[in-house]
Amino acid sequence: MGHSRFGDRSDVNLSELSFEAVHPSLESSGLTAKEIPYMAVGSMGVWSEEPLPAVVIAEYCGLTGAGLVRCEAACASGSAAVFNAYSAIKGGQVDAALVVGVEKMKQIDNPTIMEMIGRAGYYLWEFENFGMTFPAYYAVHAVQHMKTYGTTEEDLALVAVKNHKYGSMNPLAHLRHEITVEKVLGSSVIAWPLKLYDCCPITDGAAAVVLASEEKVKELGVETPVWIDAIGFSSDTANLSKRENYVGLDASVRASRMAYRMAGVSPEDVDVATVHDCFTVAEIMAYEDLGFCRKGEGARMVREGETEVGGRIPVNVDGGLKAKGHPIGTTGVSMLAELTKQLREEIKPRGRQAPMKNYTALAHNTGGTGHYCYVTILRR
Amino acid sequence: MKNVDKPVSLKSARTLQLTYNLPISRTSKFWQGLKEGKIYATTCQKCGKLHFPPVADCGDCGASDMKWNELDGAGEIETFTEVIVKPASFSEEPDYIVAIARLKEGVRALAWLTGVKREDVKVGLKVKLVAKVVSEDRVSYEFTPI
Repeated sequence: MGHSRFGDRSDVNLSELSFEAVHPSLESSGLTAKEIPYMAVGSMGVWSEEPLPAVVIAEYCGLTGAGLVRCEAACASGSAAVFNAYSAIKGGQVDAALVVGVEKMKQIDNPTIMEMIGRAGYYLWEFENFGMTFPAYYAVHAVQHMKTYGTTEEDLALVAVKNHKYGSMNPLAHLRHEITVEKVLGSSVIAWPLKLYDCCPITDGAAAVVLASEEKVKELGVETPVWIDAIGFSSDTANLSKRENYVGLDASVRASRMAYRMAGVSPEDVDVATVHDCFTVAEIMAYEDLGFCRKGEGARMVREGETEVGGRIPVNVDGGLKAKGHPIGTTGVSMLAELTKQLREEIKPRGRQAPMKNYTALAHNTGGTGHYCYVTILRR
Repeated sequence: MKNVDKPVSLKSARTLQLTYNLPISRTSKFWQGLKEGKIYATTCQKCGKLHFPPVADCGDCGASDMKWNELDGAGEIETFTEVIVKPASFSEEPDYIVAIARLKEGVRALAWLTGVKREDVKVGLKVKLVAKVVSEDRVSYEFTPI
């Protein structure tokens, strides 16, 4: 696996940024670019100039001739690309594949980014006349969660404080400063009740992983392979108004149950997880939707430190989308890169290495407002 | 990787401006109805499902035989937000409240809530969904408190 530094990466273009992740991922796999028969790229790409990112990345990284595809599942595009490559291997068509997640968001102005992401629901019924934004889609969830379960703005702030703490320990993270509850509560309102520090930043970044069949892994003599045990997936309505409630994401519930069933594990078996905390409320809903706690108890988990290193299930101890950053199509691949390091117990500094009991990790990656969802279970 | 001290970029000379034409032929009665102050939904003649926003084809049963029904518009706010940081094409608008309400016919709608301050909006607030003529060639709909 490989992972670029996240942040404002105006110093590189899309291909150069991808190379930063692709090159180390190939080196560590023992395969050369020419030996990769297939590459799936997770990228939304509307904020940078290349409409065919897979093709330019392949040329730049020496993979021309490999089968190529760009996968779109909004913020879950990275996981969609993982699933695409995984399926090609599972189906026996190739014995190895490269997955790249890449996004260059800082090439256009912020209001236009708000526009492009805000349109990503049901355009005609939510944006054309009503100008929904991504913070707004999650804000309506925060309002109902707070009303139904007594979750408070302070609880939401605690998620940001936790994730910034771990972001400060992750040299690849975009936001590397610690924050306080007061700082979150005092930050400017973006979409009430969500404030600036409830929201993930706009970030450039790339991540890459090489997937291979069991046979190929043996042939390459990979020392500590990490296996994909299951990929669960689901979706939900484009129109938020067609959903029954706004206290969780049903796609997360369905995708996780599918993944648990396939892998033969339960939430209690998970040693470490990355969940899709594009907004602080999303992390609290994810705890509940993934079965880490009962519905309505998500805020208690963060209040009691259950999702810190040393807690019951450490969550987003890489800083999460909140502090590590959320380059849209990169996130799903970045999660797998982080969890691979966690499962290999290679995290430095050690303060953010989760203790391993079952050597089982979970990645939860949603696209849109639970419009798409992928849950991947990894095992060493 | 080498870090570049001061990023240098080329400002692209090629500007793209996109304005989409949105096809509404098959739900034109809805948009026509807004001009007349009416809110329409569609009911599937085969399975009876009520659709709002209106659709020409039923995703539930696959039928394309729809009947138009005028909605009363009365409903109750289930959740809401106030958008402060806006998309580029809404940058001239004052801050706006977006709400989702469940209407008495059982369907939900998402629209702006006007005529009330955000501080006074509560989950459970009784509202009415009403048609709105924005300009000569533009119609919409919004919630107002009852």
